[in-house]
Amino acid sequence: MKLIFEKSVEGRQGFRNPRSDVGLEGEIPLKYRREKDCPLPEVSELDVVRHFTSLSQRNFSVDTHFYPLGSCTMKYNPKFTETIAAIEGFSNLHPLLPQLNHGEKLVQGALEVLYDMERLLCEITGMDRFTMQPLAGAHGELTGVMMMAAYHKAKGNKKKYIIVPDSAHGTNPATAAIAGYEIVSVNSDENGVMDLEELKEKITDETAGLMVTSPNTLGIFNSDVDKIAEMVHAVDGIMYYDGANLNAILGRCRPGDIGFDVMHINLHKTFSTPHGGGGPGSGPVGVNEKLIPYLPISMVDRRDDGMYYLNYDYPGSIGYLASFYGNFSIILRAYAYIIMAGGEGLKEVSNHAVLNANYIKERLKERFHLAYDRICMHESVFSASKQTERGVHAIDIAKFLIDQNIHPPTVYFPLSVKESIMIEPTETESKQTMDQFIDAMFKADELSQQQPESFHDLPKTTPVTRPDEVKAARDINTNYFQNT
Amino acid sequence: MIPYISNTENDVHDMLKVIGVSSIDDLFNDIKPRHAPRSFNLPEGKSEFEVVEHVKRLASKNATDLILFIGGGYYDHYVPSAVTSLVSRGEFYTAYTPYQPECSQGTLQALYEYQSAICALTEMEAANASLYDGGTALYEAVMMAARITKRDKVIMDGGVSPIYRKIIRTYTSNLNYEFQETPVVHGQSSREEIEKLLDKDTAAVILQNPNFFGTIDDHSDIVEKAHALGILVIESVYPVALGILKTPGAMGADIVTGEGQSLGLPLNFGGPYLGFMATRKKYIRKMPGRIIGQTVDANGKRCFVNTLQAREQHIRREKATSNICTNVALCALQSVIYMSLLGKHGFKALAQLNLDKAEFARQEIEKIEGVEVKRSSPTFNEFTVCLPIDASVVVEAMIDKGFAAGFPLGRYYKGMENYMIVAVTEKRTKKEISDYARALREVLAGAYCNTPVQDV
Amino acid sequence: METVEHLLYTKEHEWINIEDGEATVGISDYAQESLGDITFIELPSVGDEVEQFGEFVSVESVKAASDVFSPMSGEVIAVNEDLNENPGMINKSPYEKGWIARIKLSDSEEQSNLMTADEYSKFLVSVG
Repeated sequence: MKLIFEKSVEGRQGFRNPRSDVGLEGEIPLKYRREKDCPLPEVSELDVVRHFTSLSQRNFSVDTHFYPLGSCTMKYNPKFTETIAAIEGFSNLHPLLPQLNHGEKLVQGALEVLYDMERLLCEITGMDRFTMQPLAGAHGELTGVMMMAAYHKAKGNKKKYIIVPDSAHGTNPATAAIAGYEIVSVNSDENGVMDLEELKEKITDETAGLMVTSPNTLGIFNSDVDKIAEMVHAVDGIMYYDGANLNAILGRCRPGDIGFDVMHINLHKTFSTPHGGGGPGSGPVGVNEKLIPYLPISMVDRRDDGMYYLNYDYPGSIGYLASFYGNFSIILRAYAYIIMAGGEGLKEVSNHAVLNANYIKERLKERFHLAYDRICMHESVFSASKQTERGVHAIDIAKFLIDQNIHPPTVYFPLSVKESIMIEPTETESKQTMDQFIDAMFKADELSQQQPESFHDLPKTTPVTRPDEVKAARDINTNYFQNT
Repeated sequence: MIPYISNTENDVHDMLKVIGVSSIDDLFNDIKPRHAPRSFNLPEGKSEFEVVEHVKRLASKNATDLILFIGGGYYDHYVPSAVTSLVSRGEFYTAYTPYQPECSQGTLQALYEYQSAICALTEMEAANASLYDGGTALYEAVMMAARITKRDKVIMDGGVSPIYRKIIRTYTSNLNYEFQETPVVHGQSSREEIEKLLDKDTAAVILQNPNFFGTIDDHSDIVEKAHALGILVIESVYPVALGILKTPGAMGADIVTGEGQSLGLPLNFGGPYLGFMATRKKYIRKMPGRIIGQTVDANGKRCFVNTLQAREQHIRREKATSNICTNVALCALQSVIYMSLLGKHGFKALAQLNLDKAEFARQEIEKIEGVEVKRSSPTFNEFTVCLPIDASVVVEAMIDKGFAAGFPLGRYYKGMENYMIVAVTEKRTKKEISDYARALREVLAGAYCNTPVQDV
Repeated sequence: METVEHLLYTKEHEWINIEDGEATVGISDYAQESLGDITFIELPSVGDEVEQFGEFVSVESVKAASDVFSPMSGEVIAVNEDLNENPGMINKSPYEKGWIARIKLSDSEEQSNLMTADEYSKFLVSVG
């Protein structure tokens, strides 16, 4: 398919600007002007609409395909939250208004959303306060770890290390490094949870904290989590809860009650805001009393007269993490989703997310090697080890699924399982859809026995086949204009 | 049950049987009674209709009928309907990060086009597929410059958005960087002060064009002096202005970042926005964030993939160029649709239109007695106004007249309490501008009669 | 996996060829095989001082990035510039055309910390 730039025809217009009604022309001295006009395409509105509509049709998405991408929680995004995000009273609101004198009066509705949302998230997680500022999960992690650093600094603690399990998301070590800490990794034991003995050895006075995803990326809830918290707290370490997998435990367990001091939530996972093909996300961070003094500013607080306002009076704060108050329209969507679901609805979410994951796990395990054969939470991890012996790797199975009109599960993550296939169906999928997926997986297994070589040129039904990634990395071409 | 769960009672029964447990509760046995929530008091669920009505009621508590003359880096531009319509396609917004290229060519090609458009706009060689927002993008640029130069001193021009400067200081508080800020002279970067600080320990100079006061500059001379000492220049830009302004590429900048909100994104009370970043090709491997590259498939057909992934957190872990994971792909898509619609001529015309309207507004405001519009350096669509009294008081009084009249500078610049910056986009009509000037005259006249204007 | 008889090896899969106080350094066949198609190499600069087992080069493949450690201490006196244009040479010819750098050695005693081809082959078997 042509690029939009290749569709350009000189003189064609896609949009009419308002006419100038001011009867004069502003001037800029020549030395400050650009020499050549910006070479954007010259296309009609219809050209643009056809182009991007055709592009959209080259995507798999939740709206069009089953998308059991493990650890990503690709659940259905209810359409009404889009209606809500488009309400002009919010979408046209300028973020600097509350920074004017008494400007909070101008944005009471927006501040109320942020205030209410904070209370809802506190009740859901057992935390005491939340900041809405972080713009994605990884950004939330960084926020949390920076608060951890501020806490230790204030207490005069000499800390050097953050402990993470080997099944951790790649963002964990990257975050710790940016916050100035080094990483210590702990291996999983035979049950798929952190090896307690090894952890004991690794916790020292220099341990700043422990970052845990719970349930972990193997889909397993570690029952010893509260004991681990005690061990970490004994050296005045901070327990960090990576909320990537919160979808599994809503109403069953709250991180704040089992010893976590700080956590982030990926609103685009658990609370069903759209992933957007890779963002925008939103990663609110919750803390217990210990870390409240270090929350980023501003916070939304309420005066006695009921007026909401932006409170900058947190002298211990780590400072400003984002330009404003978070990805507001994403927070608004998640807020709408939570009040729609209510407490019972949220429990149903986790119930069915876990039920669906176990159903798939139980059916698939007769043909695929299950990394840890036990009840799982919202996702399960298989290994394509049996198929690999026949020359068919996890990636081949993924490509096979694309031809079956199914978005592949996550492959090659977590790293601790070889040839891993990580499946998270989410609560919004029906048994019929999952049965189709299971049938497709069985077909893949059969084909791996009969014609293993047939996998290598899959997928065949997509607009393009397997890309040459080596060429992409060696002959770098990331800009149409670099060669024109 | 909420309407987004499909399982019927029969399904649940059948599935439990397959799993071999008798109830859903049995699936949660790893969560022990001692882990149970101490409380879970959430409101009862609501229907879609009730939620929409509730949120509409909240929206009505916001003052969105104000006529906006406030900018500060975030501008009230018109968003064409085709932009909104196309990004609302579920195939785009309900997709994940394009890890499986064969079934994500839509997102991948669109992001490649976005990167190309950003390069065209800035006259740089390589852009990434987006960062969170203009402020965090600038912070990432600082980190990138430090990685490239292996130096740790950074010079920040006082004309760089104070919001951005605060963000940079927050992020680097645990790392060993030394920041020095230089003042603005006649609205432009102080050559003298910057040059004094340039040395072999300096990683980067951060500049902004137009700067926070709205003034335009040509930083080519600073770039030349910086490069002579191996220092990189980071330029933060306002993309709509680049329809006519000299580009950072032409000035020789090494890393360019900016806030892409003005490229077809609603104001949305602060987000989601769009951080963009572009650089020289030789620095591409040091750039954070996702990068989409063109390649061929097994049949030799052109296609697009996530490339240079070895820089990223999921591979390099603690050695990654950044911890960034999710970025703002949908916002990038939105902006490339916007730029495509406007096109080569429309985009330039849009910039000119902003300039024209701002010039008209300047002239109207200048006529008001006691008010001075700073004109020591040229400006684009935002300019600095000096008022006879505290600007924050004037702006507050203007709210009652229906205008968000500008952003008072006293909040971020000590000693500038009587100044405000005023932004004028293509959406402001001649009538609105004239009404604004009249209202401002009235407010100031009232202020002379009974100062303070209002002690609310 | 191929090894070359007269070279010495490290546990991190680098090789070194020592001749008269100078040496050529590269990565082993095993290393290139496990990295896959190499897409980029960040070479050191001539004049850089390197320490034994210190990081001095990083190589990238499509889905991995790894550091290369210097087998011995010394000063970099030449680098294989051809790898900038053609990093895949490391895959094709890890022991010859894919050499990475030449080093003027500062301490020949350090040889004793390295493995012979025979020892390295056994080491490879032990790490599976």
